[in-house]
Amino acid sequence: MTKVKSLADLKAMREKFQSNLDVREKSNNQEEMVQIKVAMATCGIASGAKQIMEYMMEKADAMKIRVVFTQTGCMGYCHAEPTIEVKVPGRDPLVFGHVDNKKADEIFEKYILNNEMVDGIIPVNYEVIDK
Amino acid sequence: MAKYKMHVLVCGGTGCKASQSAQIVENLKAVLTENGLQDEVQVITTGCFGFCEKGPIVKMMPDNTFYTQVKPEDARTIVEEHIIKGRKVTNLLYTDPENNEHVSDSKHMGFYKKQIRIALRNCGFIDPENIDESISRGGYEALGKCLSEMKPEDVIQEIKLSGLRGRGGGGFPTGLKWEIASKNHADQKYVVCNADEGDPGAFMDRSIMEGDPHSIIEAMAICGYAIGATKGLVYIRAEYPLAIDRLQIAIKQAREYGLLGQDIMGSGFDFDIELRYGAGAFVCGEETALIHSMEGKRGEPTFKPPFPAVSGYLGKPTNVNNVETFANIPVIITKGADWFNKIGTEKSKGTKVFALAGQINNVGLIEVPMGITLREVIYEIGGGIKDGKEFKAVQTGGPSGGCLTKKHLDTPIDYDNLIAAGSMMGSGGMVVMDETSCMVSIAKFYLEFTCEESCGKCTPCRIGNKRLCEMLTKISKGNGTMEDLYELRNLAAVIKDTALCGLGQTSPNPVLSTLDNFWDEYVEHVVDKKCRAGVCKSLMSYEIDQTKCVGCTACARNCPVGAIKGEKKMPHTIDPAVCIKCGACIERCKFGAISIK
Repeated sequence: MTKVKSLADLKAMREKFQSNLDVREKSNNQEEMVQIKVAMATCGIASGAKQIMEYMMEKADAMKIRVVFTQTGCMGYCHAEPTIEVKVPGRDPLVFGHVDNKKADEIFEKYILNNEMVDGIIPVNYEVIDK
Repeated sequence: MAKYKMHVLVCGGTGCKASQSAQIVENLKAVLTENGLQDEVQVITTGCFGFCEKGPIVKMMPDNTFYTQVKPEDARTIVEEHIIKGRKVTNLLYTDPENNEHVSDSKHMGFYKKQIRIALRNCGFIDPENIDESISRGGYEALGKCLSEMKPEDVIQEIKLSGLRGRGGGGFPTGLKWEIASKNHADQKYVVCNADEGDPGAFMDRSIMEGDPHSIIEAMAICGYAIGATKGLVYIRAEYPLAIDRLQIAIKQAREYGLLGQDIMGSGFDFDIELRYGAGAFVCGEETALIHSMEGKRGEPTFKPPFPAVSGYLGKPTNVNNVETFANIPVIITKGADWFNKIGTEKSKGTKVFALAGQINNVGLIEVPMGITLREVIYEIGGGIKDGKEFKAVQTGGPSGGCLTKKHLDTPIDYDNLIAAGSMMGSGGMVVMDETSCMVSIAKFYLEFTCEESCGKCTPCRIGNKRLCEMLTKISKGNGTMEDLYELRNLAAVIKDTALCGLGQTSPNPVLSTLDNFWDEYVEHVVDKKCRAGVCKSLMSYEIDQTKCVGCTACARNCPVGAIKGEKKMPHTIDPAVCIKCGACIERCKFGAISIK
């Protein structure tokens, strides 16, 4: 068992463990963070949604962007799986279809960071009853 | 290590554990494994969420979905619906009593909106049995800061500036207490954590120890550093097995990491903690009695001075603080006294944890800033009175406190206002009563408790309280006179002035405050021989309405003492001389013919 020998040690430990609690910490102030919902119904998973979610989680970590990832059910865009919904604070949510690693990079680098539009946006074609 | 995408927090407090929350955890894990999700979803047992009324609680992260009253068999639905399909399980969501709508997110529940969580910061958020989770929330950093950047007197100064006052009830300034202990020189000093929580209906300290034991360990070490003590003792009642377990685990882990023991964090400071078990005597919450009990002597108080800070455990300077007081310390050190003393009122800083109990919709554990009003606590956080009944009184401060009534609803809650209103902060029990509570019986209940718990050392407490209790019994039986009411007041005043320790000095408070606030009700018991709440059995009589009774004989057959007579299909009558007023007949009557007069 490692011993904590100084305050610096303790802080390093905190740093190391922190990611384990990230999912929980983030949930406390979701509104201030980028939220990405990944459609994880059968069709989504079959088209690689799980793999893409993992890829994006790593990407977010690498780019040091705080993102809350949520798995959701079928979004209804089975023709364009995997689909993800991206909500950046202060902007309207956008749904992207046919997301692969390359598209994910683009979304992070262009849309999330610089608010540049990226191809592959699915226009919202429904309204939600309960806001 | 696998990176979990979702965390499922399951409450592992004593309340939820009693409702099979451990089984929920097991089932969740089994169903997750069945679906190959064990590396994607982490199930964590946490401490109390506070919303005990609707336990067991299961909280889904990161989407904050708050499931209430979950049963072990719901585990499958949660995994298959929420986790796999991403649909919320609506029938497990909390329903807002006001508009009957499901509330999915704990942030939007009235119960949590007004709370500020300092002492409970980690309760219901981390796994209390895992020190790593505590560290990743900044655990032990305050201790590190003290040891490497602050001198003991700086620590004391910071606590003094924060305005923190003892959360066990008395409200003595914590910084001052530490200063006195630090100025008494001795070869050995002790830090004691008073975890002998005894007020009926109070469970703040237990929940903190169960939900975040590391905060207590850290704070005791900080206190040790500040006053120059190397030994800490937690005096905890043996009735708290789960809290004891978790403290022991936490102490072991802290030792393994070198956060307890010798040369902590390379500073040369040594500190270690041991547990001492109490047998659950109420008087042992009084610090001198507590110290005697730890020494293996009878749990009896002694006269102060000498204060424990001068001569305490084994005759050495000892600093005794309550669990909740300690839980505030690390935050004050990390965030600074200036941050802390902005919360609360002029003379009472910070927050207070209350255990809401009684006739209130949201029974549970809350932490609110000092200065909040009773109305906010009862109606906004507590969700109002059960079954739409009318609010009558709230008892604060346990057997040492008093009752507050409607006229106090808008009084800001702090130490001094509560005392001015005839009650006290106490350790934080809040028992809410509605119109069906009889104030004479409430006073009697608390006096019976004090009689039971009085150690018997001093006469005013041993005999005086007994007499008070007898007079209250006499009044509730309908034999009281107006002289008794005046005598109650006199005797109560004598006990307050002459009893040896805090227990005796405050034990007449429930009587005095009910006399003050509910004088009419006492007079009714004495003069009209009536109990308006219908609680005092001797003052009630059961009657059968002869026009409504159809003679079904249901009441007569169920009367345990055969007090009801009558022919079949003819109206029955109750013989008041035989009737024991158990109420069995009312429950059985399908025609509403029996009433209490």
